[in-house]
Amino acid sequence: MPSTRPTREGTAARGRRRLWARRWAGWLFALPALAFYGIFNFYPVLLSIQYSFYDWDGIGASTWVGLKNYTEVFTDSEQFSSLLHAFYLILFFTVLPVTLALITASVLRQLQGRFTGALARTLLFLPQIIPGAAAGVAWTWMYSANGVVNQTLRAVGLGSLARAWLADFDWALTAVGFIGTWLSTGLCTMLLLAGIGKIDNSLYEAARIDGAGPIRQFLAVTLPGLRNEIGVCVTITIIAALASFDVVYLATQGGPGTQTMVPGVAVYNLAFSDSRLGAASALAVVLALIVIAVVAPLQRLFREK
Amino acid sequence: MPERTQTVRTLRRRAPGLVLIAAAGLYSVVPLLSMVSAALAPQGTFPSGLSWPSDPHWHNFVDAWSIANITTLLKSSTLIVLGVVPVAVLIATMAAYAIAVLEIPLGRVFYTILVLTLTLPYEIVIVPLYEQTKAMGLLGTQWALILPLIGMNMPFAVFWMRAHFIGVPKELSEAAGIDGAGPWRALFHIHLPLARPAIASLALLMFLSTWNQFLLALVLIDDPDKRTMAGALQAFTTKYSTDQVLLNAGALLIMAPTILVFLFLQRHFVKALLQGSVKG
Repeated sequence: MPSTRPTREGTAARGRRRLWARRWAGWLFALPALAFYGIFNFYPVLLSIQYSFYDWDGIGASTWVGLKNYTEVFTDSEQFSSLLHAFYLILFFTVLPVTLALITASVLRQLQGRFTGALARTLLFLPQIIPGAAAGVAWTWMYSANGVVNQTLRAVGLGSLARAWLADFDWALTAVGFIGTWLSTGLCTMLLLAGIGKIDNSLYEAARIDGAGPIRQFLAVTLPGLRNEIGVCVTITIIAALASFDVVYLATQGGPGTQTMVPGVAVYNLAFSDSRLGAASALAVVLALIVIAVVAPLQRLFREK
Repeated sequence: MPERTQTVRTLRRRAPGLVLIAAAGLYSVVPLLSMVSAALAPQGTFPSGLSWPSDPHWHNFVDAWSIANITTLLKSSTLIVLGVVPVAVLIATMAAYAIAVLEIPLGRVFYTILVLTLTLPYEIVIVPLYEQTKAMGLLGTQWALILPLIGMNMPFAVFWMRAHFIGVPKELSEAAGIDGAGPWRALFHIHLPLARPAIASLALLMFLSTWNQFLLALVLIDDPDKRTMAGALQAFTTKYSTDQVLLNAGALLIMAPTILVFLFLQRHFVKALLQGSVKG
């Protein structure tokens, strides 16, 4: 019956169109998120990139300066050293906490019962709970002339080493770094403990039967088994190190001199003390690119099986 | 007898681990204890790092409460959290539902862009956000913080909720469709009740990051009394940098709310933080 065919096709087309319209209607659910994200997250990122090519004090006219702000990031000693400091901080925010957490997790695993105790768990999480700014205040006090650090040194007979750590030209950045160690160690320990509990015990037994000692077991079973968790720790702590602001701003504001200047504080100063919005944006863009350049390969490294 | 040797042996075997975990716990808490010890010293004295004051001046906390304007700050922080968290959780859940369950066209593209901006540091948005909120006439008000924070929370929140929706069996939505439930009813009657644990964890993480927000609060709100508590800490420390006793008492009060909430909801927090990091 040839006469019915067009109608059936018509219905099918109409049905398809209706389905298509219904799938697009689903965007109504995503629209509020898209709007907030677009206006207050994505667009500002684009604006930052745009600002970075201009000289602008935020009030007067802006002038196009091409890549001048970017060359300044790498030639101005304060800006460039802030980037170097950020990399130095990775040692304390990431390498040290992950190492400590690995040791703690392996030792506790060998005790079989994954007992950490409610109290220990609470204490380990405390640094992660309080605002970074408050950690800055707490450690300013720890490092002060008569604070706990010097008190301890004097108690063990190393009083000659005591100093005002955050005001010391040689030690300030390292002292700031150890605040980062304090912030990340607890979280990493808990993460790795949770991860090591998931490793199949038979893997360790098999390794033992093959004659593997504790160190070989660690390298052959623990490390690969914790790959994902280590990846997580490394990623979030590296971002915290590179983009640090709260802790440094409250502990030292970048001083003494520019010994503890980090990109976050430098961006803040350029924009809101010096009114150099273009230069601030260029440094922020470079910082964002560095974060992506460091984090993206890590993702690949830790994700693949 | 053999039982006792057994316990001794277990204890000895466990000792290194217990010592290690005790040391880690101590290390986490010493800076805070040191603050408490300083906060209890007589005002105007120079306390030393860690010592139990023979005559603890608990009244310092009362003084610090009024000096640091804690009542005002609590109200301001609560207002900001209430402005950000419910809205952000709701719209992120809806968006994740649209992307993962309704499979909206170009949803993948939207999701990919969100994930790509997930790791961007706040530094890259502060200058434009300052200019934008100024142009909108919001600078200096709590809206200047609430609206941008909702936007800044979207990548992680959508990512988190999508991870949940992906794990929900497809048959569930199809069954809902057959029963004649539209996408709204399917979301609110079938998916939301199932997503409750994921939503609760997300809300806790977002509460924590909003309450502790520092950089945006510092830049977008001039008046410390309208900031988050963390943001107000900066003004307080500049004002009282020389008075170690009041400074520490005030700083402790400022961080007390998160610590209290953490202690009450500890199990949920631990779960959320561990999951949150693994998913992120």
